[in-house]
Amino acid sequence: MAKGERKAGGKPPAPADGAVDRIPGGDAPAGGFVQLLTPDGEHLGSVTTADGTTYSVDFTDEEYRGFYRDLVTVRRLDAEATALQRQGELGIWASLLGQEAAQVGSGRALRQQDMAFPTYREHGVLYCRGIDPIMPFGLFRGVDQGGWDANEHKFNGYTIVIGSQTLHATGYAMGVTMDGKTGSPDGEAVIAYFGDGATSQGEVNESFVWAGVFNAPMVFFCQNNQYAISEPLERQTRIPLYRRAAGYGFPGIRIDGNDVLASYAVTRAALDNARNGQGPTLIEAYTYRMGAHTSSDDPTRYRIASEVESWKAKDPIARVKAFLAKQQVADADFFAEVDETARKLALDLRERVLAMPDPQPVTMFDHVYPNSSPEVDAQRKAFDEYHASFEGSGH
Amino acid sequence: MSRIKEFNLPDLGEGLTEGEILAWLVKVGDTIELNQPIVEVETAKAAVEIPAKWAGVVTKIHHEAGITVEVGRPIISIDTDPGAGPVSPDVPAPSAESLAAVEVAPAEGAVEPGMIGGPAPGGRTAVLVGYGPREASAKRRPRISTPSAAPVAVTAPAAPAVVAAPSAPAVPPPAPVRSGPVLAKPPVRKLARDLGVDLAVINGTGPLGSVTREDVHQAAAGGATQPATAPTAPAAVFDASREQRIPIKGVRKLTAENMVASAFTAPHVTEFLTVDVTRSMKALEKLKARREFAELRISPLLLVAKAVLLAVERHPMVNSAWSAATNEIVVKEYVNLGIAAATERGLIVPNVKDAGRLSLRELAEALNGLVRTAKAGKTSPADMAHGTLSITNVGVFGIDTGTPILPPGESAILAFGAIRPTPWVHKGKIKVRQVTTLGLSFDHRIIDGELGSKFLRDIGDFLGDPEAAILAWT
Repeated sequence: MAKGERKAGGKPPAPADGAVDRIPGGDAPAGGFVQLLTPDGEHLGSVTTADGTTYSVDFTDEEYRGFYRDLVTVRRLDAEATALQRQGELGIWASLLGQEAAQVGSGRALRQQDMAFPTYREHGVLYCRGIDPIMPFGLFRGVDQGGWDANEHKFNGYTIVIGSQTLHATGYAMGVTMDGKTGSPDGEAVIAYFGDGATSQGEVNESFVWAGVFNAPMVFFCQNNQYAISEPLERQTRIPLYRRAAGYGFPGIRIDGNDVLASYAVTRAALDNARNGQGPTLIEAYTYRMGAHTSSDDPTRYRIASEVESWKAKDPIARVKAFLAKQQVADADFFAEVDETARKLALDLRERVLAMPDPQPVTMFDHVYPNSSPEVDAQRKAFDEYHASFEGSGH
Repeated sequence: MSRIKEFNLPDLGEGLTEGEILAWLVKVGDTIELNQPIVEVETAKAAVEIPAKWAGVVTKIHHEAGITVEVGRPIISIDTDPGAGPVSPDVPAPSAESLAAVEVAPAEGAVEPGMIGGPAPGGRTAVLVGYGPREASAKRRPRISTPSAAPVAVTAPAAPAVVAAPSAPAVPPPAPVRSGPVLAKPPVRKLARDLGVDLAVINGTGPLGSVTREDVHQAAAGGATQPATAPTAPAAVFDASREQRIPIKGVRKLTAENMVASAFTAPHVTEFLTVDVTRSMKALEKLKARREFAELRISPLLLVAKAVLLAVERHPMVNSAWSAATNEIVVKEYVNLGIAAATERGLIVPNVKDAGRLSLRELAEALNGLVRTAKAGKTSPADMAHGTLSITNVGVFGIDTGTPILPPGESAILAFGAIRPTPWVHKGKIKVRQVTTLGLSFDHRIIDGELGSKFLRDIGDFLGDPEAAILAWT
């Protein structure tokens, strides 16, 4: 189907590969994607894919406003983190700019009992899990190793090694099945986050194999932000990423990653399928990293400015704002209040980051094992004595 | 806390040591907000904007645009409380209540331990995250010195009298009574095995009485500590009488120094091009038949030299030098064309001065003279000085090509391989053609892949069809 050939509103015919052949804003990649909120802020209500699945969302006004607040807040916190890095207060930062909708939509789709395995960029998901947003700052400031309790918040630690968390997630999901916690509407599901570059890693492909073969109750949530650091998508794959799932024997679907409603609807449905015993799903959230890969990277060396500009027109927050304004469920006062609240939160975060105490070097041994081990204890003792041998060590 | 705060250049990307100020976005006297972009800085990794760490008024810009600043050095001063009236520009003036509240080190003025960006005396800067000013990070806190800290007692309980004098390492201690296994590092053990030396009979002079490399060599050479070795030892693998020792001096020494200097300062890139030179060989035959060249000995090297000279005219940048001392790239309008020559004394690279101005016949004469002088061992230092670009003719040794190392001060060198009759697709058919391989090494600091490639391509084009190239280019 040629791009833009079909007008929105008509009943779409079945496209060949399970994606949606609906291209409302003319902004979808070839093959289409699930989109519920266009870049202009038009709410499409529902969309049906080739296999007959219908995705729809119907939230209260308050819930729609809640999505907007989440999106603005995580972007504002991210901006503060980027500034703090430039000011020498963080060693490095991986910005989520441009990927807010993919993260907030999928993060809000998680149920209380679901477990998430993030990369190092999932600040938006972390926020949706109710974790104090200060947590990743300790990690990137180098004063702790990411201070949240993964079990309490059902949100694993940030994983720096590309793709390895998908194996952890798959193993965890297989464990959920062994514990008998799948097969019912209130069962547990697992979501693994990763990027387009990670799909070239062995770990991700291995986890696809295991999840497929063992029908693991999980969702593979790939944020395709188009670049694996500097490598463009065409050097990662010859077919759209979501179609890889077919080779592993489970469904794959592509969504507009800049549409928070599509991200919510499709993730929620995939998680529910998983918890009901229907096995894994690969979701490709088609989005764009508006900033650098990390603060150490200069994207102008490998991306052209016009490409970045074209993605600005698809901004994930602007479309929600347009929708809220058009529907008259939010006014200028609301938008100003959200901005101000986010700003205060960011400044509070800044104060708390600057006040973070330097850890004693010896505390690095604290979390090697949950309980003490003779070997680690001996190492700690030797290290402590070594430090005490310096003048002014304070020991 | 002091009103005037100095912002130090942070490490913007995991382990960087410096950054260049590209442009200031604010000036002295400007009122700025928190996180307002104030300066663009370019590091080895990226050009980035730095947002203001504090709101206030800019009181000083420490470095102008274009200056490269070390990480940890102050770049801007900001008055964070401009409403409170004028301050002395030089001395940060801590107010009484801030001293009472926060200041930790009144004796040192504005030091704020643990606070990034805190100005500090003696050029030292307090830092938290992953970096520090160079000189500060080079300093280590002194160890607490106590007599018991000296590494003794544990070493050799059998010989306490000896180890009590650790300040005389030159004197090997008397043989300890060894009760356990011999101490020696694995490479030393291998050395001993290779040299047929029994470690057990050596008195080690290393730490804790371990056997060192020197001990093994000494023992192998019949050192004093070595008892008579078993005459039944296997045929010596180490036999000084079967080794020739050549003093490193003269051309060999110079060559070695030049190669090491060049290989480890100029990042080399080598590209290869295989060319059908049949037409060049035919052109050479025609030249030989001409009266002008009757007296001369001419070889394919002549055409290669000509090709290089014409290609330099088309790409002058390859004929340049990296001058680290002046921070410049020196592009030369003259070509002193070096020809690497193997002589009795070793490798030398005399050059043809201002070769670009010579006619083909003059070039042939110059090359003949240069080779003759070199073979006679009469090449003078002046002949070898001020080369700008070189050719090494490895083809004369029957070699296909190589990755030459740049002569110091030059940015490109061409290896010219053997010319062989080779099956080659010519006009759509496989024919036997005269084919050679060119290898061009260049200094990647100056010459990008594109320029190097075009230069080599042009040399190849010329050799593929010299007559057409001359008509097209000159």
